[in-house]
Amino acid sequence: MTTQLSSVSEVLPPPTERYTILGWLHKNLFSSWFNSILSIVAGSFVAVVLVGIIKWVFVSAQWAVVNDNIALYMKGQYPGAQDWRLWVLIYLAALLVGLMWSSYFHRVDVIAWVLVSIFLVLAIWLLLLGKAAWWKLLLVDGFGIVGFSLGQRFPNVSKRLTILLLLLYMPLVLLIIRGFGTDGFIPQIGTNLWGGLLLSLLLAIIGIVFSFPIGVLLALGRQSQMPALKTLSIIYIEVIRGVPLITLLFMGQLMLPFFLPAGISIDRVIRAVVAIIMFAAAYMAENVRGGLQSIPVGQYEAADAIGLSGYRKMLNIILPQALRTVIPVLVGQFIGLFKDTSLVALVGLLDLLGIARGILANPSYIGRQLEVFVFIALIYWIFSYAMSYAARRLEISLGVGER
Amino acid sequence: MATNTSEQSAVPIWRDERYLEIIAQAVVVLGIVALFWWLIHNLLTGLESLGTPLSFRFLGQTSQFDIGETSLEYSRNSSYSRALLVGLVNTLRVSLIGIVFATLLGLIVGVARLSSNWLVSRLAAVYVELLRNIPLLVFLIFLSSTVFHKLPKVQEAAHLGNWAFLTNRGIYIAWFDPAASYTVYRWVLMVAALAAVVVAALLIRKGKRTGRMPLYWLWAFVIFVVVTGLGWFLMPTPPLTVNIPSLQGRNFRGGISLTPEFMAIFSGLVIYTAAFIAEVVRAGIQAVSKGQREAASALGLSGFMTLRLIIFPQALRVIIPPLTSQYLNLTKNSSLAVAVGYPDLFSVGGTIVNQSGRAVEVILITMAVYLSFSLLTSLFMNWYNRRTQLVER
Repeated sequence: MTTQLSSVSEVLPPPTERYTILGWLHKNLFSSWFNSILSIVAGSFVAVVLVGIIKWVFVSAQWAVVNDNIALYMKGQYPGAQDWRLWVLIYLAALLVGLMWSSYFHRVDVIAWVLVSIFLVLAIWLLLLGKAAWWKLLLVDGFGIVGFSLGQRFPNVSKRLTILLLLLYMPLVLLIIRGFGTDGFIPQIGTNLWGGLLLSLLLAIIGIVFSFPIGVLLALGRQSQMPALKTLSIIYIEVIRGVPLITLLFMGQLMLPFFLPAGISIDRVIRAVVAIIMFAAAYMAENVRGGLQSIPVGQYEAADAIGLSGYRKMLNIILPQALRTVIPVLVGQFIGLFKDTSLVALVGLLDLLGIARGILANPSYIGRQLEVFVFIALIYWIFSYAMSYAARRLEISLGVGER
Repeated sequence: MATNTSEQSAVPIWRDERYLEIIAQAVVVLGIVALFWWLIHNLLTGLESLGTPLSFRFLGQTSQFDIGETSLEYSRNSSYSRALLVGLVNTLRVSLIGIVFATLLGLIVGVARLSSNWLVSRLAAVYVELLRNIPLLVFLIFLSSTVFHKLPKVQEAAHLGNWAFLTNRGIYIAWFDPAASYTVYRWVLMVAALAAVVVAALLIRKGKRTGRMPLYWLWAFVIFVVVTGLGWFLMPTPPLTVNIPSLQGRNFRGGISLTPEFMAIFSGLVIYTAAFIAEVVRAGIQAVSKGQREAASALGLSGFMTLRLIIFPQALRVIIPPLTSQYLNLTKNSSLAVAVGYPDLFSVGGTIVNQSGRAVEVILITMAVYLSFSLLTSLFMNWYNRRTQLVER
């Protein structure tokens, strides 16, 4: 028996396919006459487009409109003397990303190298341009590597530490950016000065952080046995999901002041934030509900069997499992929310898109729309793509759908 | 035993879950009612003190503003409600046409993404990943300001033959105009369509009887073309004349004209939504088990036949629910038309708010309209789910 088994294991595995370049071309591009025509048409299309893009980027585009206003795109009117606060936050974020990479993804792969080299290249570029900020960019890489090696060094604590730090990071961001007092260590900076990418990211982060607990409560309400709670949750979720975000934003700007007693006025950014949180909470509730429904009924019954109260059953048994399964979906929602923050430009806030429109209104940049929109679209794209990539990796790392 | 049960059931009220649930719900409902009462009270008193108490009577007043694109009769003497209706029709127009084109494009891209041709599938993947990760609003403003408003001036219009003219005032495409004999020709068209349907039905019946399905759609098409063609030459004058746009004065006239605003919102919505539909289609096709495809090729079906007869019918059940939600998204996203100047419901509403100061009422109406779209869609979805669930595999 054993000899037979060993002889089976000695059987060679099937040969892996090996291609010559010609063989690869034949299989993937020219397998039939139809495919050949398709490849030639698509190939020439790609060639024409690529040549056009390269010509435009390096020859005809005038990048002054981007180069001269880079600070505006990044942080709006945020005072330059307080830039160090933003840098501190970026370094912390780099540290966190490094930690997360080592504790969840375990190995350094191509994307990690791409991330590191982006900052490296930018730093070298700034150095060549003779700008002093190059070492600040280099520090981003430094902190990322420090975070990564910390995670490697203490693998036992790093997972929990990462989550804890991630949770602490969000309020810290708000605290440091806003500041307090007039002439202390970090003086307060009014929301009217927040802008650019900074504002877009903040809106998305605040939106997701605050909508999360509300969304979980709504999802539990929708799943509950209590008819009144259930009806209220369903009404809220369906009404919000049924209207476009832009109507909610306008409601926030035009109607919210009416809803409050006379004499109380709220900051315009906060009004937009309230609308975004209300909107995100309804979608969050539906995502969490998906997670709740994926928990087999046996888990509920087991919790009942060992005599847990309803509250402990939810908190200790159901929610941890349900939330784990929806993490990738939540990242997807976060990406959607980040893209949706661009709508605040329509109610007059100066987020990345709002700032871009403001810059284009400057008569010295007439006709530079293409450069500006390509630039900001690229920023949105990089952030969204990076997050969706992280979500896919997280899905694998968490073993969603496998356990 | 009996005493024991009665003792057990004598739980004090504050430990009895049934009472606790009712109390909890009552507290929440009361709290929410109180909150709403407070908010609405503030709203009403606030509006009262501004001298514009909440009422929808202003809808009857004349609007005194023009709308760039109207499918209905409208002038600046029309009422606010008429203006809203024009906006609603514009929203429906761009949404419905957008849905048709987005579905076609999304289907092509979704299938292309699964193509065995490496270059084609890569191209489709780049298309999807590129568009899914940028905000729609940025894309719309980009299209509007760098494409459709940057087309050549009317005098130097770019043209495709004599049939289409691209200018920064709009796009003009040659189209048919009904002539005098069209009233008669309409009947010819109907007869032709009827004949085609009858022939197709007969052929399908014959195919089912004999087991060899003829090319019924080809025959139906041939018959339609032959009948309409005969009818065309029997008419004393051609029933349709081609209306070619021509430069008259400062603008083109004739044919179909599409404004740059419409083109921006329409093409933006189509290109953007198609990327999401492509993903839906891809997921649906991949959900069909591999064995089905292998069985189809074992039966000797060609690639296209496999797709049409085996894969799509099964993929459709997975595709339709997320597809409807994409349609709904497209309709809701059409409210971004306000950014490119197309007068949809939301944008007309904004103008009315500026004109009349009735922000609360207009926002309520707009939200109610969008909400009813989404409720209608979910009604359809429930109906569809119930219907497809009956089809047991």
